[in-house]
Amino acid sequence: MQTATASTSRIRTLASGEYVQRLLALGALIILLVFFSIIAPHFASLENYRNILTATASNGLLATGVTFVIITGGIDLSIGTGTAFASVALGIVAVNLGLPLWLGLIAGLVAGGVVGLINGALIAKLKLPPFIATLGMMYVTIGMAQVLSDVHPIYFTDPQPAFNGFFMGNPVAGIPNTVWVMFGGAIVAWILLNKTVFGRYTFALGSNEEAARLSGVNVDRWKALVYVVCGVFVGLAGIVLSARSSSAQPSQGQGYELDAIAAAVIGGTSLAGGEGSIVGTMIGAFLISTLRTGLSVDNVPQQWQYVITGLVVIGAVWLDIQRRRSRA
Amino acid sequence: MSELLVEMTGISKSFPGVHALEDARFELLPGEVHALVGENGAGKSTLMKVLAGIYKRDAGSIRIKGREEEVPSPHAAQSLGISMIHQELNLMYHLTVAQNIFIGREPRRGLLLDEGALNAKAQQLFDDLHLKLDPRARVGSLAVAQQQMVEIAKALSFDSAVLVMDEPTAALTDTEIDELFRIIRQLRDQGKGIVHISHRLEELKQISDRITVMRDGRYVATVSTAEAEIQQIISMMVGRTVFEATPELPEERDPTVVLEVKGLNRGRQVRDISFQLHRGEILGIAGLVGAGRTEVMRAIFAADRPESGTVLVKGQPVSIRTPQDAVGHGIAYLSEDRKRYGLALSMDVEVNTVLASLRRFASRLGWVRAGATRAQALKLVDQLAIKTPGIGQRVKNLSGGNQQKVVIAKWLTADTDILIFDEPTRGIDVGAKSEIYRLLNDLAKQGKSIIMISSELPEILRMSHRILVMCEGRITGELSAAEATQERIMTLATQRQSVAAASPETSTAMSVGAH
Repeated sequence: MQTATASTSRIRTLASGEYVQRLLALGALIILLVFFSIIAPHFASLENYRNILTATASNGLLATGVTFVIITGGIDLSIGTGTAFASVALGIVAVNLGLPLWLGLIAGLVAGGVVGLINGALIAKLKLPPFIATLGMMYVTIGMAQVLSDVHPIYFTDPQPAFNGFFMGNPVAGIPNTVWVMFGGAIVAWILLNKTVFGRYTFALGSNEEAARLSGVNVDRWKALVYVVCGVFVGLAGIVLSARSSSAQPSQGQGYELDAIAAAVIGGTSLAGGEGSIVGTMIGAFLISTLRTGLSVDNVPQQWQYVITGLVVIGAVWLDIQRRRSRA
Repeated sequence: MSELLVEMTGISKSFPGVHALEDARFELLPGEVHALVGENGAGKSTLMKVLAGIYKRDAGSIRIKGREEEVPSPHAAQSLGISMIHQELNLMYHLTVAQNIFIGREPRRGLLLDEGALNAKAQQLFDDLHLKLDPRARVGSLAVAQQQMVEIAKALSFDSAVLVMDEPTAALTDTEIDELFRIIRQLRDQGKGIVHISHRLEELKQISDRITVMRDGRYVATVSTAEAEIQQIISMMVGRTVFEATPELPEERDPTVVLEVKGLNRGRQVRDISFQLHRGEILGIAGLVGAGRTEVMRAIFAADRPESGTVLVKGQPVSIRTPQDAVGHGIAYLSEDRKRYGLALSMDVEVNTVLASLRRFASRLGWVRAGATRAQALKLVDQLAIKTPGIGQRVKNLSGGNQQKVVIAKWLTADTDILIFDEPTRGIDVGAKSEIYRLLNDLAKQGKSIIMISSELPEILRMSHRILVMCEGRITGELSAAEATQERIMTLATQRQSVAAASPETSTAMSVGAH
């Protein structure tokens, strides 16, 4: 065909373009690290880098989970408050009921998964728009967390004092286990997204749901499963958050969903669906916490930190749009 | 006579408010290309969607290889060996070619995908079809024709005995159509049955063995292609005799030049374009797909910014930097993709009519004067004979021909004198086409100047006072209505600068038809 030569060169640019946003985000992350190291003398310390890693753990997990959802062209606003629900489930089982810790951890994951399942059912079966379904579940999860805990934090003192010790202990390279949990979660997510049928359908749903349906893919089932997987990551994030504070906070997580979505978007996940990567999302999550930590160390007031974070999100998406436009 | 592959009888199907099919019938032999024709809304696609399990029939019987079958889902159809390629391509642009073809049937190793086996299977399929496609290429990076080939390969990967193609050539160039026809013939020779739905009757003469005509959801007739005349098929389609192709050009044109373009350039597709447009003239722009016709018009209209060139409106040089400037100078561009660029589909006829000139119908403070817009819409519905239950009807519920009229109404309301039509009758059925032609003629008679891009040679020949022919971004010739013939246009349309003489074989396939 006469277009063959033209399109092979286009394929090449497209294939490389896929990585451009991730490279941009990675470049921005490195520039930020260097920049803060120079202007803030306290920034460049092992202790501080550890802080950045630790601070990324929960957002990294949430962002990883929501990346699946965003790739399908959906959104999940219930992931922030979902962590409160999962934490409370963990606290009730492991502390209030005094059952073994591992049962509590499973309860946290199941709680996240159940929220995801409800989201998935509302969206795939009842055909609610993801924004609305998960907005509703955002309120439901924070409410249920407070109902179940009677609006009191559950402290992991007795009979589970070891909980905090395990997750925040730092056996490898002085890095807390929560960070390893995040990396482990990211690796599992990467395999799911790139190497399994589940990942393939995640992209297919976001790219052209109708085409997938006509090809005999059980679209509803896979879509619901995407929200369940996201929910399990929310459960994991809830466990990590509980470990950090050694408690289950029934009011935690409000607004966390936006940090997670921002991380995914900075990492090149397209809100229009069909595009995204775990590596990009992780870079995005690190970029956000580096920015926060750096600005704090630099004594930039909290209110200005918000402004700057916002500008970074806008800038990242603007760059992404520019890249796409030049490609077309 | 070999056994029937498909036999559909007494098929009825209703949608809320519409009888889409009533007692429809269709049959398909192995090793046959069977064309299904009819006006828009005749029920061709619906009938085939019933066969492919996408719609459930209300009544009637489907026999596949002699056995009565239910066909409750696309999946069931596929296992019966029936595949359908839809008019709108159903591909996932972010996935690769191979991933698209085997979506839902991915080879696996344990829990993980086996990408190597996937690509090998796709490659095998392409080898069988003698197709040059890279299984690893992202579908979004392919040309439309290649995407079409991906759809066909996908349909064949089910080892289908029956392949239904709904308007497969609508977006293809002639060389690409040749390639498609080569594959269709190859499949036919393998004994597969192919259903080909198309509006391009000339094309069906080339490829089909039999033609079934439908009208208003009913079966009309099945004829052997070799014995059928195009004229006869058209009259069966519309249910009345249409006297095609009697050029009815308005009288001698006004010598006033309303639009002049000098030395317009933009990239490879707009090269040194200069021409004049007269008052009351219809100027046809002919050329093969990809010759740069649309690009030239978009550059004039500043939808894409030209690199160089001058545009004069009524003798005055004007600066057109945005489409708004162009409209301000009385130039309107009517895209071939009306639904995307021409209409607010979910809004009503009235709103669409005044959309481009709302300010004129609004008070100083921005209140829209409802009485004035209503009067204007009613006037144009009447003037253009737009068939609509009322001006409150949503545009998306109108037929293609009437949608086109609403676009015209919009630009007439905006007081534009220069109308650039890009494929004005694309997707419009035969009966409504002649109405659009009459309308264009009337507009020209009233002193509007019209540029008409068309890929259908009979249309260009019938409608234009003058014809500009383009090839590879250049104007390769100008023909008056008197001297223009299909052969001359084709010669100019293939006059490539790089090649001394284009070989005639590669170029004769373009909508050759009614002489």
